Amino acid sequence: MTPVVRAAGLRVSLGGSVILHHIDLAVDDGEVVALLGANGSGKSTLVRALVGAVPAESGTVELFGTPLGRAVPWERVGYVPQRVSAASGVPATACEVVVSGTLHARRLLPPRDARRRACAALEEVGLGAEADRPVRELSGGQQQRVLIARALVRSPDLLVLDEPVAGVDLPSQQVFADALTRLTHRGTTVLVVLHELGALEPLIRRAVVLRHGCVAHDGTPPAPSAEHAGPDHVHLHPHDGDRGPASEGQPALAPTIRWQA
Amino acid sequence: MNALDELGAMLSDPLMQRALVAALLVGLAAPVIGTYLVQRKLSLLGDGIGHVALTGVALGWLIGNALGLAPDDALAVPGAVVAAVLGALAIELVRERGQTSGDVALALLFYGGIAGGVLLISQAGGTNANLMGYLFGSISTVTTGDLTLTVLLALGVLVVGVGLRTALFAVSHDEEFARASGLPVRALNLAIAVIAALTVTVAMRVVGLLLVSALMIVPVAVAQLVTSSFRRTMATAMVVGVVVCVTGLSITYWQDVSPGAMIVVLAIGLYAVTTLVRGVLGFARRRRREGVDPHPQVADDVELATPGGR
Repeated sequence: MTPVVRAAGLRVSLGGSVILHHIDLAVDDGEVVALLGANGSGKSTLVRALVGAVPAESGTVELFGTPLGRAVPWERVGYVPQRVSAASGVPATACEVVVSGTLHARRLLPPRDARRRACAALEEVGLGAEADRPVRELSGGQQQRVLIARALVRSPDLLVLDEPVAGVDLPSQQVFADALTRLTHRGTTVLVVLHELGALEPLIRRAVVLRHGCVAHDGTPPAPSAEHAGPDHVHLHPHDGDRGPASEGQPALAPTIRWQA
Repeated sequence: MNALDELGAMLSDPLMQRALVAALLVGLAAPVIGTYLVQRKLSLLGDGIGHVALTGVALGWLIGNALGLAPDDALAVPGAVVAAVLGALAIELVRERGQTSGDVALALLFYGGIAGGVLLISQAGGTNANLMGYLFGSISTVTTGDLTLTVLLALGVLVVGVGLRTALFAVSHDEEFARASGLPVRALNLAIAVIAALTVTVAMRVVGLLLVSALMIVPVAVAQLVTSSFRRTMATAMVVGVVVCVTGLSITYWQDVSPGAMIVVLAIGLYAVTTLVRGVLGFARRRRREGVDPHPQVADDVELATPGGR
């Protein structure tokens, strides 16, 4: 059986620095895989490279057995980027943002029932009542849920999430964990970047740990290191909504190399 | 003569008829592309394209002279179209690279465009009055041929800008997500650049190259004050654009002022009035809402040591 995601010999450089090298990774149908690692270990870059948002310098990436490109069945892939400030220059409602998720490589016009599907996706993440509210009026956690709904609206078979619960309020985290549980029961393959397993712990059977840009561990989820141990450990995520270094943790510890859009 | 007769006289003037049709189309088309530009924080792109288009106007004029065409400026608008599209594509490619030197490259392009245009127009035998017409708009220069071109270009802008709005919204809102959906991000970005360039040339005769950008951006700024969705913002901006263009142009039938300047001043006045009205209404609404806790009822993340701390 072809794996849903396969990367072989993947190497990614951004701004002249090698961020990822010698990455071999395969995710099978129905698996739920957590991607762990310290700040700046290359987790976000890896998921971006897997969905084609940053180019690979060498190596190959296949989704559903098709090399990255227009031929990939994009309608089966749902991607949730790290939360960007959803309030752009022009106001947009939650529904409009979610409707933009119905488009993919072979569909440049939204389907006839786009609004109904968008409302259903918002319902799934507990925002059914906020469909017509402008995104900029929603809380950070709600904005993150809008981005998740945007990925869910096309009923993906593969869901790729980049730190979906970082800096998100507790009710949003719980709603998110419940939604993800329902999806995995339906057989959705999930690849999720996390800082800590947290509420998702019961779902995750396999963890891939990155260190300095290559895979350091692939197998059962490792125990948290001593200083992070225990459920009572409090994580603080300075999240200011933008994509600056601050969203990845302490500025002094995070590398300053970030992908520029 | 009463006001109605005056209005009838204006509407039966063939010069005014052509100018009004052009103004109507410009008022509709400019805010469409302006909405995308504001969303991508590229409000000044239209300004830059306008500068570059001036060189195109002058080159068209020079070539027209060399070929001995009947009106001196027969090739001015086609020249502007070519230069504006090339300029917009260049700007988009620099933006895509995302290099810090891009900023300087853009500045060079803009100022080179306007300086080259001014130099070349005088070489081609153009007068200061011709130059002012292109820079600030001049209804008397709208010929039937220009009008046909304007109608075609404006229809193109409207079909692409409104028809593909979900895809253009997606790529303007979150380029990374659009890329991860397999959308043709580059083609869509170039499409936005090209329709911006076409809009600039469409609006050139009505408001002039220096004020084109205002007609793209100010109606969107007005609409944003009163709307909460992307679709409504675009629709409202189109209405605002048509109203200020047609009203501003009509005023110039009776008052000898520059149509471009009149239209832009009207638009900015509308912005000021809307801000004021919104401020007054917002104040009233806030008064009513006082006493209502805006925070959602959510359990605390931390155990508070002192009871009753809430």
